[in-house]
Amino acid sequence: MKDTYQVKSVVMDDAEIERSLTRIAHQILEANHGAENIALVGIVTRGDLLAKRLAEKIEQIEGTKVPLGSLDISFYRDDFLTNFAPEIHATHIPFDIDGKDIVLVDDVLYTGRTIRAALDAVMDLGRPSVIQLAVLVDRGHRELPIRADFVGKNVPSSHDENVRLFLEEVDGVSAVEILEMKPGERAGSAPLGGE
Amino acid sequence: MAFNHKHLIDITEYSDSDIMTILETAKAFSEVNQRTIKKVPTLKGKTIVNMFNEPSTRTRSSFELAEKRLSADSLNFGGSSTATVKGESLIDTVATLNSYKIDMVVVRDKHAGAPHIISQHTPACVIDAGDGKHQHPTQALLDLYTIWQHKQSFDGLKVGIVGDIGHSRVCGSLVPALKIMGAEVTLIGPGTLMPARPDVLGADHVSADLDDVLPELDVVYMLRIQRERLEGAPFPSLREYHNLFGLTQKREKLMKPDTIICHPGPINRGVEFDSYMADHPERSVILEQVYAGICVRMAAMYLLLGGADNGLDS
Amino acid sequence: MALILKNAHVVDPSVELDGVMDVLIEDGKIARVAEGIEVEGAEVRDLSGKYLVPGLVDMHVHLREPGFEHKEDIASGTRSAAKGGFTGVCCMPNTDPVTDNGVVVGYIVARAAQVGKCRVYPAGAMSKGLKGEIISEMGDMVAQGAVAFTDDGRGIQDAGMMRRAMDYGKMFGRVFMSHCQDEGLVGAGQVNEGVVSTRLGLLGWPAQGEELQIARDIMLSELTGCAVHIQHISTAAGLDMVRAAKDKGLAVTCEVTPHHLFLSEDDIDSTYNTSLKVNPPLRTKADCEALIEGVKDGSIDAVVTDHAPHAAWEKAHEFEYAPFGMTGLETSFALINTHLVKTGQIDYSQMVELMAVAPREILGLEPVKIAEGSVADITVFDPDAEWVVDEAEFVSKSKNSGFIGAKLVGRATDVFVGGVATLENGEIVE
Repeated sequence: MKDTYQVKSVVMDDAEIERSLTRIAHQILEANHGAENIALVGIVTRGDLLAKRLAEKIEQIEGTKVPLGSLDISFYRDDFLTNFAPEIHATHIPFDIDGKDIVLVDDVLYTGRTIRAALDAVMDLGRPSVIQLAVLVDRGHRELPIRADFVGKNVPSSHDENVRLFLEEVDGVSAVEILEMKPGERAGSAPLGGE
Repeated sequence: MAFNHKHLIDITEYSDSDIMTILETAKAFSEVNQRTIKKVPTLKGKTIVNMFNEPSTRTRSSFELAEKRLSADSLNFGGSSTATVKGESLIDTVATLNSYKIDMVVVRDKHAGAPHIISQHTPACVIDAGDGKHQHPTQALLDLYTIWQHKQSFDGLKVGIVGDIGHSRVCGSLVPALKIMGAEVTLIGPGTLMPARPDVLGADHVSADLDDVLPELDVVYMLRIQRERLEGAPFPSLREYHNLFGLTQKREKLMKPDTIICHPGPINRGVEFDSYMADHPERSVILEQVYAGICVRMAAMYLLLGGADNGLDS
Repeated sequence: MALILKNAHVVDPSVELDGVMDVLIEDGKIARVAEGIEVEGAEVRDLSGKYLVPGLVDMHVHLREPGFEHKEDIASGTRSAAKGGFTGVCCMPNTDPVTDNGVVVGYIVARAAQVGKCRVYPAGAMSKGLKGEIISEMGDMVAQGAVAFTDDGRGIQDAGMMRRAMDYGKMFGRVFMSHCQDEGLVGAGQVNEGVVSTRLGLLGWPAQGEELQIARDIMLSELTGCAVHIQHISTAAGLDMVRAAKDKGLAVTCEVTPHHLFLSEDDIDSTYNTSLKVNPPLRTKADCEALIEGVKDGSIDAVVTDHAPHAAWEKAHEFEYAPFGMTGLETSFALINTHLVKTGQIDYSQMVELMAVAPREILGLEPVKIAEGSVADITVFDPDAEWVVDEAEFVSKSKNSGFIGAKLVGRATDVFVGGVATLENGEIVE
């Protein structure tokens, strides 16, 4: 189904994604002085997969398994009536987040609204010590005072473009692509399966 | 997955995938309901009216809790203070509610069809919380959710419903819903408690012999005998009813080891079952049903308010 | 003044007429029926392409006056009748006060003479207050013009009381019209017991609740020798009982409404349309088919409407709160024409029997014939006029028809009552 989109350019390929994640993993460890108090929380439906990859990399580097969770922010969206998607992937955070250094992981940082919702969602689950944000791509156009602590790549883009991450685990191939948006279409994560 | 319903009034208008969407969504809300902070801001700023024109404590509480956990503003409008009691027509009452600029009406009414009338006269979404002897769709959904949690699939599942089927709005929704999901339904009870046409509800079998059908069943659903509403005395005594149709410890040996027992509540100990069966730690899922009610109602409200007329088909 | 109705197709089975004829009306009576009538100075109406039949009579109508004038009154109800092609109606006694005494009968007769647009034949109550307990003053009512007795709307529950009423009333030579409804079985029944009651969760009104009393009243007719007319028959088994009674030679007749012929319980869907809430309820498709057979084979004597007007706000309620009944005067002829005549199931002679001849006969009225000397109560209709039932067009005060939106064929164009036009080119003559 990916083919039906008008692909303008490929901004990251598989290898580049891998390199970026490795770098981010190092940065996270550096900023937090090790893996001891870190927990990764990925925002579905791509951030959770990136979080999983990051956890694996941290384990390779430090030899420590960091707690890993996934967060569905549907219930916290400020635009759920306009961007309504009935498919909900339950939030799964199998650890106590109180006092943790939480690293939120998402694929593309754009307006910041998803992160705003994610912050609310995390706060409803407990009281972390700090919350940091790691994203693979920052495409600009922020609408809220939100910035990422760890960025894989800054990708300048225009509003009528859609920057999407495809991952091998669900899409068969990994890449970050800039897609031309059709009128009425909204920017956002690609559905699972990359359609 | 598209969900394009504005109202939840007639379960027969829902497809199996619509129902699965509700159940899956309910599961997501179940996670919320197990948190320390059992509240999400999803319906912040939405106004939901609980219009209960007939006394109800449990269903109303369940809806109210669901609304609060979704951060909606809820208003209880009903009871003896209702305008309906004072002689105002239902339609005029709805017009009044419309002036409050509401987003959803949850309606319980002793008259079949009242939710439909309301839906014709309000721009708001309508959820039927039980209308006369007609339907009670959220009850059916919470029953399905509970069964789904235990049985994972409905396909070919043998469900027996015991008791006052003819006067039951629960059955009006539950039997068709079970059929939509692919289950096989047997209705069990004396002729005085049977509907005129069980086949119209979708029942596959009708029986007056509980012992005969019990060994087949995966789910036994005991309906409440409304002691206060036994007009025309459909059976001679509660004692005889219990002997013929009560789920007792003695009858347990007829049941499959993994058969579960459901009941919409409130239960009558000594009528629908003895305490042994009512409290059976493995079989009785009655309290799980109550919990499922919150999750399913949160899911229904979330999907109806988000799904209707949004012009988007995700 | 003389009036010549020219070139209409005249149908009157009572005088074996079925062909294009001219009809001369003088002094309220039919003066001559022949081809090519010419009379100096007479008004001439050319009715080419139209049918001319003895004035239609609806022997089951609720005019609602006195007492319920917000639903209908004698002025509006008789205009509705004229619009529908009727020259006379028999009105039911469930008024307020109940038409159970000579004073109310006298009022209706006088009021109809004053403001009516058709003849009004009042039916008196069998029991005082329609309570089924004490025989009403039948003699007084007959003296004031009552043509029949009925407790329509509920029916007398106690067989002994029914027998007493018949034994007493038979000396007046009037028909006893019976609304058959056994309250023990029917209770608060809302719709036919079976598919629709189960589907909509409404209390059932079983066919047997009607059939039990049909059987009872046939037996009482045999016991008392009193003529019994079964009102608004709705079930196949009930009709079979009437057939058997007729075969036995009993003085038993029956009537059917268009809604019981052409609507079934399947039409009542989850919209809970209260216009379809009638008593007896809409039955099954099989019942409809059996009733149509009964119309065709003559087991059913008359077509009536049970015209039961209710204000919109009374019907705009929960189904259980809404009153029973639908209007019918303005759609009856067209429904019969569309569904029975145009489909070839009956011919116009049979229709005239059902809607003009038999009703007068059962009510003991003076027969109307398209023949010299008969009173000039005449209905003229366009058999091919196509129209859509539109509630905005109803002349009746009430709009609670179950046929709104129906595409029908045939419409009354002219109606004469005693030679005086009440409807001309489809418009009420004021």
